[in-house]
Amino acid sequence: MSVIFLAKRLVHSVFVLLGLSIVIFLIARIVPGDPVRLAVGARAPQWVVDNMREHMHLNEPLHIQYGYWLRDALQGDFGISLVTRRGVAKDIREFLPATFELALYSLFISVTGALSFGIISARYKDRWADNVIRIFSYLGVVTPSFVFAIIFLLIFAFVLDWLPAIGRLSNGLTLPPRVTGMVTIDALLIGDFNVFWDAFKHIIMPALSLAMGSMAQEARITRASMADNLTKDYIASARALGVSESLVMRRFLLKPSLIPTVSILGLDFAAGMGNAFLVELIFNWPGLSRYGMNAMLSKDLNAISAVILTFGVVFVVVNICVDIVVGQLDPRIRLSTAKGD
Amino acid sequence: MSISSQSDLVSAEISPHEFSQLWRASRRESLGRAWYKFSRNPLSLIGAGTVLFVIILAVFAPYIAPYPEHVKPFTDFANASNPPSSSHWFGTDEIGRDILSRIIFGYRFSLTMGLVVLSIVVPVGVFLGLVAGYFQHTWFDTIIMRITDIFLAVPPLILALSVASILERNLLNSMLAVCLTWWPWYTRLVYGITTGLRNEFFVTSAEITGASKFHILFREILPNCISPVFTKMSLDMGWVIIIGASLSFVGLGVQPPNPDLGTMVAAGRRYLPDEWWMSVFPALAIVLVVLGFNLFGDGLRDLFAAENS
Repeated sequence: MSVIFLAKRLVHSVFVLLGLSIVIFLIARIVPGDPVRLAVGARAPQWVVDNMREHMHLNEPLHIQYGYWLRDALQGDFGISLVTRRGVAKDIREFLPATFELALYSLFISVTGALSFGIISARYKDRWADNVIRIFSYLGVVTPSFVFAIIFLLIFAFVLDWLPAIGRLSNGLTLPPRVTGMVTIDALLIGDFNVFWDAFKHIIMPALSLAMGSMAQEARITRASMADNLTKDYIASARALGVSESLVMRRFLLKPSLIPTVSILGLDFAAGMGNAFLVELIFNWPGLSRYGMNAMLSKDLNAISAVILTFGVVFVVVNICVDIVVGQLDPRIRLSTAKGD
Repeated sequence: MSISSQSDLVSAEISPHEFSQLWRASRRESLGRAWYKFSRNPLSLIGAGTVLFVIILAVFAPYIAPYPEHVKPFTDFANASNPPSSSHWFGTDEIGRDILSRIIFGYRFSLTMGLVVLSIVVPVGVFLGLVAGYFQHTWFDTIIMRITDIFLAVPPLILALSVASILERNLLNSMLAVCLTWWPWYTRLVYGITTGLRNEFFVTSAEITGASKFHILFREILPNCISPVFTKMSLDMGWVIIIGASLSFVGLGVQPPNPDLGTMVAAGRRYLPDEWWMSVFPALAIVLVVLGFNLFGDGLRDLFAAENS
């Protein structure tokens, strides 16, 4: 991976994020209603309103206001949340790890699931296993994750009573001391398997609901690209040389076939971040998405702006990572970008 | 139209009238062939059938729904929370309204959402993509594509949710919010096609013969974008319906007592697990319509891919 490519990508991302901050700022300013009144409440006296207006720089022209807003944002100051009455930055630090933990589990489930199903499907192409996987992956693609969430909730929590319905930890258990902020990992760090197991049971359903869509999508793509590559000459020649079928699969077929799967991962991740807003709400998962969702439902502009910007940054970083991995998998891309575009 | 029929035309020196007749005949023939290919794939047919079925349900909802009065403010507490039965196939909700009737009317909101959003974002997105692609490496291109990048830097559902949340809560504003997030995909798609075509022979010939920019953009390049755009539209109908249902699921779209599928799933969620039918049937109704549009769209894609090869 060439340094030039990465540097270009980073500069581009910074500009995209700056642009995003302008869009967010403008959206937050076109809101019907007075932001000062929203902040101080309807019964505050006029002098409080005037002071607040001065304090929030709302008497200045729009581009100056943006300057102030950006300066504060870069210092991690997004103002006070109207809901929690605390600094938005503090809230984000508190709620982000839970969402990150959920994303990790969901990513693990979707990637391992997609690869296994995709490979089985390609290996037994047009046999019954392939057909079953294809039907289910098609259904998985078209089913929204909040529908999965409700179906899982009904089956695993209410009918079978295997998994807890909501929250992150059962009542009566205390959260482990905060190291990473991810309960399952923090519990393992202090060796409390009881808490770990409970937290793990809580995370399965939300993670699975989020993973289903991208797992199905990636399984389809993996199957398609493996089936496509199976007809290539280099596979025929490997077989002709007497290389065993499983070795052909693992050594020659898998790596080039993974490129489309990894490329789509960025988009799937974006879809997952969006869906997390609904899934965290349904499972009452105390993460950043639920925080953002509640901010939206109560028109908490400072929190909304900060949450969108945070997810924008995460998405940009994920996309850069995806590009790097694709570059590692595909020497053609690596070499063409090494020459400097 | 095949190449052999063109050379036949030249050698026989036929009149313009006969030419147009022949052209129409060959066009009919290729449409017929397209339909034949499309109908050979049972999944595409199922998709087309499902889409047609949902459209008929939505259009003739007042005549098809068993209890059309249940979509207006209505209560019947004697029949509240009834499980599925012969008189209420999908059961009734907590105030006695027939779930099936409300689903049938709910499709009206889903289809309206999809149609309105696509009929706004497709022209806008396609136009911007054409212009940016044709005037590649000019400030036109830079501005349009950088703005596109910005809008693609946030997951679409998050952007739609936040825009819908700060506006008043109704169907119109939720459609506006989805429009704002959806146009960049068409700009990207058409931009890619246009930059690939702008140095092709037929474009440069048009330029040399002095054709207007308007002619080149809309008569030479645009027809090449039609099939991918149509395919994407069919697939997107499903995705837009999902986004619309997601918005109303959290209360940022169609407001009760209007029967929207997302709203119904959200309302029924409170009565899980005992009154499961209140949320499960509307949820399956969403899956059905999205599945239909996806199968149909995949059929179109295979068809166009076969035409081009």
